[in-house]
Amino acid sequence: MSIELKNVTYTYSPGTAYEIHALKDISMYIPDGQFIGVIGHTGSGKSTLIQHFNALIQPTSGTILYNGEDVWAEKYDRRKLRSEVGLVFQYPEHQLFENDVLSDVCFGPMNQGLTREEAEVEAKKALQQVGFKEKNYSKSPFELSGGQKKRVAIAGVLAMNPKILILDEPTAGLDPKGRDDILDQIAELHKVRGITIILVSHSMEDIAKYVERLIVMNNGGVAFDSTPKEVFSHYKELEAMGLAAPQITYIMHSLKENGLDVDTDATTVAEAKESILDALKSGHSYLLREVQTAESTGSVGKRTDREENETCKPGERRSDR
Amino acid sequence: MGIIKAFKLGFDYLKYDDDGNVQETQRAVNDVNLDIEAGEFVAILGHNGSGKSTLAKHMNALLLPSEGTLWVDDMDTSKEPELWKIRQKAGMVFQNPDNQIIGTVVEEDVGFGPENMGIPTDDIWKRVDDSLEKVGMTAYRHHSPNKLSGGQKQRVAIAGVVAMHPRCIVLDEPTAMLDPNGRKEVLKAVRELNQAENVTVILITHYMEEVIHADKVYVMDGGDVVMQGTPREIFSQVDTLKKYRLDVPQVTLLAHELRLSGVDIPEGILTTEELVSALCR
Amino acid sequence: MIRDITLGQYYPADSVLHKLDPRTKFLGTMAFIISVFVFHTMPGYAVATLFLAGMIILSKVPVKFMFKGLKAIFLILMITVVFNIILTPGEILWKWGFLKVTKEGLSMAGRMAIRLTYLVIGSSIMTLTTTPNQLTDGLERLLRPLNHIRVPVHEIAMIMSIALRFIPILLEETDKIMKAQIARGADFESGNLIQKAKSMVPLLVPLFISAFRRANDLAMAMEARCYHGGDDRTQMKPLKYAGRDYVSFLILVVYVGIAIAFRVLGI
Repeated sequence: MSIELKNVTYTYSPGTAYEIHALKDISMYIPDGQFIGVIGHTGSGKSTLIQHFNALIQPTSGTILYNGEDVWAEKYDRRKLRSEVGLVFQYPEHQLFENDVLSDVCFGPMNQGLTREEAEVEAKKALQQVGFKEKNYSKSPFELSGGQKKRVAIAGVLAMNPKILILDEPTAGLDPKGRDDILDQIAELHKVRGITIILVSHSMEDIAKYVERLIVMNNGGVAFDSTPKEVFSHYKELEAMGLAAPQITYIMHSLKENGLDVDTDATTVAEAKESILDALKSGHSYLLREVQTAESTGSVGKRTDREENETCKPGERRSDR
Repeated sequence: MGIIKAFKLGFDYLKYDDDGNVQETQRAVNDVNLDIEAGEFVAILGHNGSGKSTLAKHMNALLLPSEGTLWVDDMDTSKEPELWKIRQKAGMVFQNPDNQIIGTVVEEDVGFGPENMGIPTDDIWKRVDDSLEKVGMTAYRHHSPNKLSGGQKQRVAIAGVVAMHPRCIVLDEPTAMLDPNGRKEVLKAVRELNQAENVTVILITHYMEEVIHADKVYVMDGGDVVMQGTPREIFSQVDTLKKYRLDVPQVTLLAHELRLSGVDIPEGILTTEELVSALCR
Repeated sequence: MIRDITLGQYYPADSVLHKLDPRTKFLGTMAFIISVFVFHTMPGYAVATLFLAGMIILSKVPVKFMFKGLKAIFLILMITVVFNIILTPGEILWKWGFLKVTKEGLSMAGRMAIRLTYLVIGSSIMTLTTTPNQLTDGLERLLRPLNHIRVPVHEIAMIMSIALRFIPILLEETDKIMKAQIARGADFESGNLIQKAKSMVPLLVPLFISAFRRANDLAMAMEARCYHGGDDRTQMKPLKYAGRDYVSFLILVVYVGIAIAFRVLGI
């Protein structure tokens, strides 16, 4: 179930004054089962890129292979491709149209030729997997909250049993809790269904937590394609592209520069916490209440220069513990 | 008395059945008391559906209270016969940049408010020039709004409000549909207006990073104001915020987690610098 | 395809035509349209062509844009031409079954083609050089006398100007919705007419809902910015005739005069 792009270029309005090179000579390989993040600011080409994956856009030049077959070959069944490579767009409002949730989710499977009964089986399975409650199946999709609409939209594509699921900005417009819920649900899907997930986002914080591979788009080209940790270590270059590494990356680098020997690869709050605790322990920091043993039972206010120096002594290794 | 003051403000959304009778009422805002001083930067936080947008629309007299009172610059919104006088004092910027720009050219859109107010032509031009300058959009004045980025569109919308010379600007989730760069642009413009022009700013959002510079933060949940205080006071209550479906900036969360693990640093750390200096003194 | 409609697509440039008062341009366009119906001979069309070419050059808008508008009416143009050729009675040049091509038919078809083409290009020049807002301002002023017979001129003008602003937005949205549904296996192309009409539902429902939502938001945004109808409203760009407008009117009078003279003299 691999997708391969070979020297793909896409130009909007070629030959006119409005010519824009949205993608420039992109080659990449997407194997089975990965959880991939695609990041880039508006206009970086990331939306154009994902629409090439399911043949919604035909490249100006270059080839796109799905399982080794050219998807733009003359006899190629692109409708079938689109059901195998599911794409969920940013705004659920752009796809919801039926009177009730269940019928709406059935739309995709029925387009694949399933009967209503068969489609309902798939639809129910999909709705359940995105955490949508059964009592709301008969509700109108238009009276749902933003987070629920998003779930229905994802289920609408999931019900077609895609092998690859692409989500464009699934968290846009959601509040923090709604955002975390949806992302957890997507990660769960990846685990349960074992399908490839491609998550497009602006938010480094969101992506750092979930993906195993991160593709950074800039100016129509691939700027980085590696593990999140490796990508975030280029945080200064990311900044030059108008992107920012997760706040944690900045904190860790800043701590390191100020002498606390932490692991600058940490990208999530949990990792950062561990690393800082380790560093503090190895430095016998007075800040750690746990290690405030007999000799330092003093109050918080009692801090000496000696202790402070010790806290942030450069060069101390975590392995010294 | 402050520029915006609410006393026991309540609002019900009414749902009608097919015959036009009230079928059910839904409480959107409940017993809210506010007193916002002129020149303040106030943030109202809340998850989707917490009632924050409904509250915001009262400040512009787009909605009138079901009970209680709201005063804008000493005018009672439910008693003022000419609502546009209130709207001129408290301008409003909405979430979707596409759905609030009326003009087909940037400068004509900025002039729309003053035109409605009956300002003489020469003055309109002065106001338009001035407002575009303040949000840094002068270079785009002859452009079509459709060709601008989201952040630029929102700055045009802000300029359109500034040109009405309001005493206060209410921004209802102005950054919800923008990318991180657009968000920064808009926030910078808003903060500058607040600092340089002393315009009262009421920012409604669910992005926590945007409120750390506010003078005061209100948190809403289920139509009630459930927390209020300085950003530091609010953000030191990480668990309470989580209960209201909100989160805190990563740095605050990290500091909070470290505290729970026994590291002796203060609560309510808001910036990277603060955390670094707390850990590496 | 739908993006090719030029109507309402302003092309920014710095030209005399851009600077003219929209009322002048509107009346000028009317005069030109009348003239292509008054002219009925080759020399007449030559004059109209010269006039049109002059305007295109003056507008500084690339010719390409002028012709884009023609694509939209190509089908109507073809139908008109074909019907005129086969349905006009007269001297038969060629015959096949009940179809016959006449000399009169050919000349009539040619004339209709010229008229339609010039009509579209002529109005494109106006829309390309005038912002929709100026255009509606101009119309509002020209039609103001109708206020006396209770025609809500200001409101109509406002509706037009908003419609013009939202056309590109809704077109873009249509495109996005189509893609979202195609990704769910929707098929907008194959099938017979009924199937095709049915397949439009997943496109039209989201589009209408979005349009209503936008309308609602926009109404609120307008109210928030103190919009309260046309009363006591001032204008940022009030319309005032300048020297160039009077010169333009003079040229127009001469041009229409020539058209009438040609007609009367039978040239």
